[in-house]
Amino acid sequence: MIPLAWYLIFAAAVFSIGLYGVLARKNIVAILMSIELMLTAININLIAFWRYSLDQGLAGQVFTIIVFAVSASEVAVGLALVISIYRRFKEISAEDINLLKW
Amino acid sequence: MNFSILIFLFVAVLTTFAALVVVTNKNLVSAAMWLIVALFGAALTFVLLEATYIAVVQVVVYIGAIAVLIVFTIMLTRRSAEKEPSGATKQWPIAAVLSLALFSGLTYFYLTVPGTDRLAPVLDKELNMVSALGQLLVSPSGYVLPFELASVLLLAALIGSIVVAWRK
Repeated sequence: MIPLAWYLIFAAAVFSIGLYGVLARKNIVAILMSIELMLTAININLIAFWRYSLDQGLAGQVFTIIVFAVSASEVAVGLALVISIYRRFKEISAEDINLLKW
Repeated sequence: MNFSILIFLFVAVLTTFAALVVVTNKNLVSAAMWLIVALFGAALTFVLLEATYIAVVQVVVYIGAIAVLIVFTIMLTRRSAEKEPSGATKQWPIAAVLSLALFSGLTYFYLTVPGTDRLAPVLDKELNMVSALGQLLVSPSGYVLPFELASVLLLAALIGSIVVAWRK
């Protein structure tokens, strides 16, 4: 059987890759995709802890469903913002949208 | 080596590779396709962890809704992406060092902290997990408050995204 640590290391790898994408990508849609990767890694962690805990409850699955709802609303609002930004600037590169940067 | 370990290794390697392609590919449409592969790998991981309902929801919500929404946005904003290929910023080595440090730190922690080498307990075969989950989500002694909060959040996101994307 598979030890708990394997799932946790796998989720940590996916989370770190997503973190790299958020920090390093230029395109806003690519940044949103990396955030989705990070949220998926969190869900893998939650489900792994649920499966390996001796407690018989279903709290881990409930948390995962809440994370699904949060990530769906996050991506909907984020992509609406991307479309709005694109209309105004004809540009969705995070480096060129620097009105709030000093 | 038994069969589930082989499946786990295959799924983990596939998902990690797909995630790497998502964050490095300059072509956004193929990055989105690889994102679907990575999300499907996560759904397979949920099946391995015997959370089948979560796996189905992962496929329906992430691949059926979120990935399609992302592909739509890529198509709508295509002109900007074609003008300059979407690579990494100049600071990408710092980002790579930070994420590698996070990954190695977490791995070290997981391998040294006690209790992470345990194996999964046997699940209660009598338990109907989907109906138990549904009752837990709406029972006042369970998680009805987070559940209602999530629905209010979804409604707010729905209205908010319509308002933000409205063409004036």
